[in-house]
Amino acid sequence: MTLILRRREIIAGQTIELVLHAPAIAAKARPGHFVILRVHPEGERIPLTIADADAQAGTITLVFLVVGTTTALLARLQEQEAILDVCGPLGQPTPIRPVGEVVCVGGGTGIAAMHHIAKGHAQVGNRVTAIIGARTASLLLFEEELSRFCEKVIVATDDGSRGVRGLVTDALRGHLAAHPGVAEVIAVGPVPMMRAVAELTRPLGISTVASLNAIMVDGMGMCGACRVRVGGVIRFACVDGPDFDAHAVDFDELAARLRAFVSQERQSYGCRCACHERA
Amino acid sequence: MDAGVPAMSARKLRPRVPMPMQPPLVRRGNFTEVALGYSLEQAVAEARRCLQCKKPTCQGGCPVEVDCKGFIAHLVHRDVEGAFAVIKRTNSLPAVCGRVCPQEKQCERACKLAPTGEPVAIGRLERFVADTYYASDACASAIAAAKQCRLPREDVRVACVGSGPSSLTAAGFLAALGAQVTVFEGLHEVGGVLVYGIPEFRLPKSIVATEVEHLRRLGVEFRTNWVVGQTVGLTELFHQGYRAVFVGTGAGLPQFLGIPGESLLGVYSANEYLTRVNLMRAYAFPRYDTPLPQGRYVTVIGGGNVAMDAARTALRLGAQEVTVVYRRTQAEMPCRAEELEHALEEGIRVRELLAPVAFEGQDGWLSGLRVERMALGEPDESGRRRPVPTGETEVLATDLCIIGIGTGPNPVLLRATPGLRLNARGYIDVDPTTGETSIPMVFAGGDIVTGAATVVLAMGAGRRAAREIAQRLGLI
Repeated sequence: MTLILRRREIIAGQTIELVLHAPAIAAKARPGHFVILRVHPEGERIPLTIADADAQAGTITLVFLVVGTTTALLARLQEQEAILDVCGPLGQPTPIRPVGEVVCVGGGTGIAAMHHIAKGHAQVGNRVTAIIGARTASLLLFEEELSRFCEKVIVATDDGSRGVRGLVTDALRGHLAAHPGVAEVIAVGPVPMMRAVAELTRPLGISTVASLNAIMVDGMGMCGACRVRVGGVIRFACVDGPDFDAHAVDFDELAARLRAFVSQERQSYGCRCACHERA
Repeated sequence: MDAGVPAMSARKLRPRVPMPMQPPLVRRGNFTEVALGYSLEQAVAEARRCLQCKKPTCQGGCPVEVDCKGFIAHLVHRDVEGAFAVIKRTNSLPAVCGRVCPQEKQCERACKLAPTGEPVAIGRLERFVADTYYASDACASAIAAAKQCRLPREDVRVACVGSGPSSLTAAGFLAALGAQVTVFEGLHEVGGVLVYGIPEFRLPKSIVATEVEHLRRLGVEFRTNWVVGQTVGLTELFHQGYRAVFVGTGAGLPQFLGIPGESLLGVYSANEYLTRVNLMRAYAFPRYDTPLPQGRYVTVIGGGNVAMDAARTALRLGAQEVTVVYRRTQAEMPCRAEELEHALEEGIRVRELLAPVAFEGQDGWLSGLRVERMALGEPDESGRRRPVPTGETEVLATDLCIIGIGTGPNPVLLRATPGLRLNARGYIDVDPTTGETSIPMVFAGGDIVTGAATVVLAMGAGRRAAREIAQRLGLI
């Protein structure tokens, strides 16, 4: 059982931040790591990227979008309540070396996961520019947190309600044109966004890392549900990743595989919600 | 006289007492155990078939050297408690072994009656003894007695990594000698392959839970959601006060075929399929939240126990047709003879001499498996005749394909522990007599050393390492 110390609705009813008392995980958590959690005894196991960790305080921060059964159940838990199972940190940490100038691109809830990686780059002395995007200003997150250690935070919204109007890739294109010294780009977000970032940086020859959100069951190399094709070779996102060279990832295959249980996920969500309404 | 083969004429040999079973057409619709177990009368009748040889060979056929003759002698006198005590001396998981051991390749093959084709049903008797014993109150008193004979030694702490058969065996052996044992399990439930891999109809989870409870009462502490190598480093355990570590992390990394179309939706590793159903209870979806892969025409690739388990599971979950595809013939299948027999009885088709070539799909979903016909050639290094391609292919219509062709070493702990020497196949290199790895006081056993093998071999390795640990720590 893992206690929830703080809970905040970043976007009402949609995006939630939990700070958990998890000293063992916090002591080992590095940027790029994730946890697998389970909310109740009949529950499924889902992976969530660690958005922040504080080894001294013994806490980890998770940020999630309510998209299905487990995230809906998780959203109902309040401070001082506990999550049944939290296992981690899992995966390989993001390789972070002093390289000079880096750009961290985050889209949607991916901004939270990107936050931990951006912070890691700042801690080794890299100059970090964050580019974050959302449909509209009210759906943005972590702008203030990122501004604490990033040299610059560029905001892009589809409707222009905040920052520049357009996609994060539009902002990235402009930034890279003005800053030819960028050594590395990190992309965390929806598959189309990560693919677009990879396509943008490929001709420029800028090393680019994508953090993949594959379906997982155990999260420790046993099931192979999270297999992704990288450079033509099958890799497991849970134990070989979740970060990979974005120029080598087969994003089409990743997008297709994410659809594996769409109809069952809808059925399960409907069932749990209906049960909850009756209760 | 002590002849190798006893004089049959002296006493007419009765046939083996058949195992009561659920009829195939009934059991293919449920997850209840297939074999129902002997009654006391049946067990005693079978026990009487034992010749009580002066120089028994059965014990030598058992990887953990169960004194078969000895426990059967107790059974003849209806002394279940005595029989249990004999088995438990060397076997920490008898209810499990009685069910999943390939007895026909071990004790029963070594039985002097084996040449008649009707060896003593040692596995069934072992299961009867364990089940009957656990069902009685004798269990609690035995544990109390075990505790009394050894005072727990607070200063002797041992960590077991993983909670499959090798770790549970090592933990039980050491706890009985007074060590403070902690078992670290990465998943949320204890039992390793016994809970995520082997299905309910072959090994009910309640059996595993009983064995685990038995260990808990011996003082073993279980920590779930702890991935050694990630949550805590292997050598860090020594700083935390553990004086020895046993690694039994298994061979859990599923292998894929590396043929076109393998990423299509509808293609699963047997590990994923079985984990969803067994550990996550996806068979009860949507009451349980984990989605179940659906298929009407299921193909399973492989010929081992895992492939049989996957095929029989798919059948029970409502598949219209389940076909096992194997590149050699039934005679070369590595699964337990009984599993193949049960699968065939239940209506599973086996297509022999077919090797997968490609998965075919529509809109990203699997629709067919292209296979190439094989012929049997010369024997290979395993002694089995090697399949030789013929060039002829056909397509099997399928909407769910489960790959059960084997597993590799789980990499998590190995990558995180650079000092741990591995062998050429990527498994942990150990001293064969002690089980010690290249890191002093770190021992390993089971599939992470041998590659995928049997429950009982893993138990034997756990026991061997535990004895060495006990000696080094002054427990024996």
